[in-house]
Amino acid sequence: MASVSDAELKSMTQEERVKALGMTTDQLTGRSMYMEFDPDATERFAYPWAPDVDFNKRTELDCDGMTATEVNSSMRDLMAEGFGTIVLKNPRGMHSLGVGVLNKLNLIIEGSTGYFAVGLIDGPNVRINGRVGWSCGENMMSGTVMIEKNAGSTFGAAMRGGDLVCRGSVGSRTGIDQKGGTIIVGGDTGALSGFMMQRGRMVVCGNAGKNLGDSMYDGTIYVGGEIKSLGVDAVEEELTELDRAWLTRKLSQYGMMPDGGVDNYTKVVAGKMLWNYDNLEPNEKKLIL
Amino acid sequence: MCGIAGIIHKGKSSNVGGEMTAMLQALKHRGPDSTGYAVYSEGRDPKEYIMRIKVAEAEDRAIGHGAGKLMADRVARVDAILEEHGAKVISKEAPVEHALRYILTHDGDTPAMAEHIEEDKGTEILSMGNGLELIKDLGDATVVSDAYGLDEFNGTHGIGHTRMATESDVDIKSAHPYWAFPYNDISVVHNGQITNYWIMRREMERKGHRFQSNCDSELLAVYTAHNLANGVTLEDSLRRSIDEIDGVFTYLVCTKDQLGMAKDTMAAKPLVLYESDDLIAMASEEVAIRAILPHEIDTTDPYDEEVRVWQA
Repeated sequence: MASVSDAELKSMTQEERVKALGMTTDQLTGRSMYMEFDPDATERFAYPWAPDVDFNKRTELDCDGMTATEVNSSMRDLMAEGFGTIVLKNPRGMHSLGVGVLNKLNLIIEGSTGYFAVGLIDGPNVRINGRVGWSCGENMMSGTVMIEKNAGSTFGAAMRGGDLVCRGSVGSRTGIDQKGGTIIVGGDTGALSGFMMQRGRMVVCGNAGKNLGDSMYDGTIYVGGEIKSLGVDAVEEELTELDRAWLTRKLSQYGMMPDGGVDNYTKVVAGKMLWNYDNLEPNEKKLIL
Repeated sequence: MCGIAGIIHKGKSSNVGGEMTAMLQALKHRGPDSTGYAVYSEGRDPKEYIMRIKVAEAEDRAIGHGAGKLMADRVARVDAILEEHGAKVISKEAPVEHALRYILTHDGDTPAMAEHIEEDKGTEILSMGNGLELIKDLGDATVVSDAYGLDEFNGTHGIGHTRMATESDVDIKSAHPYWAFPYNDISVVHNGQITNYWIMRREMERKGHRFQSNCDSELLAVYTAHNLANGVTLEDSLRRSIDEIDGVFTYLVCTKDQLGMAKDTMAAKPLVLYESDDLIAMASEEVAIRAILPHEIDTTDPYDEEVRVWQA
């Protein structure tokens, strides 16, 4: 690297420049992490203070007239009493419902929620029979979330694990900064979906807006419909048998397998021309960006 | 942050004032500095106008005993100008001491009359039109609604705004909605930031348009007014704005019988949309729509560069 002169750098293509400056390597595969749930390691998936809830112990909570703080506090009290199935009634677009649940729970929300629904969760299985606003499942760590209608923008932002599923369409910047887990969208997704994605998988059964996967570091996006445009450093790659098997299994699991199968799905991954993870911050970086 | 909301009833009138209050109050957390309404009643005689004016800002009223005389002088001046231009005042009300509502008939050059009234920098016409009534003041929706009696306002459509002041002062002239001076019945509310504001403002000023505030949202009203005055349809004006105006924005425009929306190329500002056969409602957050439609409904998020126009 040290032997490369400015004149030589100027005459190079961007790809040659990136490699000459040691900004990337050709051995970047195998960094994506996808962990299947291991039943033998169950104890590692529970916090020591998590209440021991019984899924057969069910209760309903009417959100009418309550604040989000009161609803979430009441849920914590109910879980402490051992209720493992909680049904929230009349949410009416309320923000921040079910945020920060860190234990096993069947949470059923009968209606639509506002912003930040079930963010930061680690463990619960959630079913929302309506629509969700912006940032649903933000930073979720494990569990499953199933939304029956549409979702707003930044769906699954910075998500780390679990399955976040929306049967309808979602807004823009879906899976922005996604760090793990799986996002499945039954309909369309808006612009800049997968922006700065780092790990995990995203499946869009419908169409994707412009700049899909812009500046993604890693991870995989599968699209069943049209892609308006790919973002910077997002490239198409051929579907492998492993991809088809995974898509078939995952979509079938949620009853979202398309009639025509998944053979025509487009796979989008990072071109890794902007990859800087393995390097310090060299001053030369300025030359290529 | 700011919150915007809009509602349009197809082919009928409803209590639009009360509906907007419920929606805007649900959005109070997005901006409690000021609240504004642009609500539209069914058309009246084309020569009959409703004019809403303000004659003082909070800082004018803070001067003490002289404030009453200052406002009275400004109102007297407006009355004299109306008479000078041949306008006949049918009614004149002052729901609050610093804002008045006139109903008048006028058969002459209405824009010239409006410009004459606004020569006094302390007086601003908030709106003029056959159907439009624009009300804006400091405080949340219930405060403004109670002061101006908006709960009893019947009409076909309207837009509203709760403001979190970021780039200009907390005052009435920087509050939304904006009337597209001096064109009848056009109003705008906006959530976002316009980054080529000064370039566009100077362009509009060179074309002869006036600006009352330094709020970037006022540009959208002037820009829309300029386009509509030059024969551009509302839908085309909204589409053009996505290319010509830089920044992140979602904005709503009302005319006498239409309501339109536009979302910028980044889709960075929210809007939730509900559509049925006889009612369309939209707001920055679903919680505002649920304030008037508590039952379960289907809503969507418009995408980037999306433009929609609905007819009353």
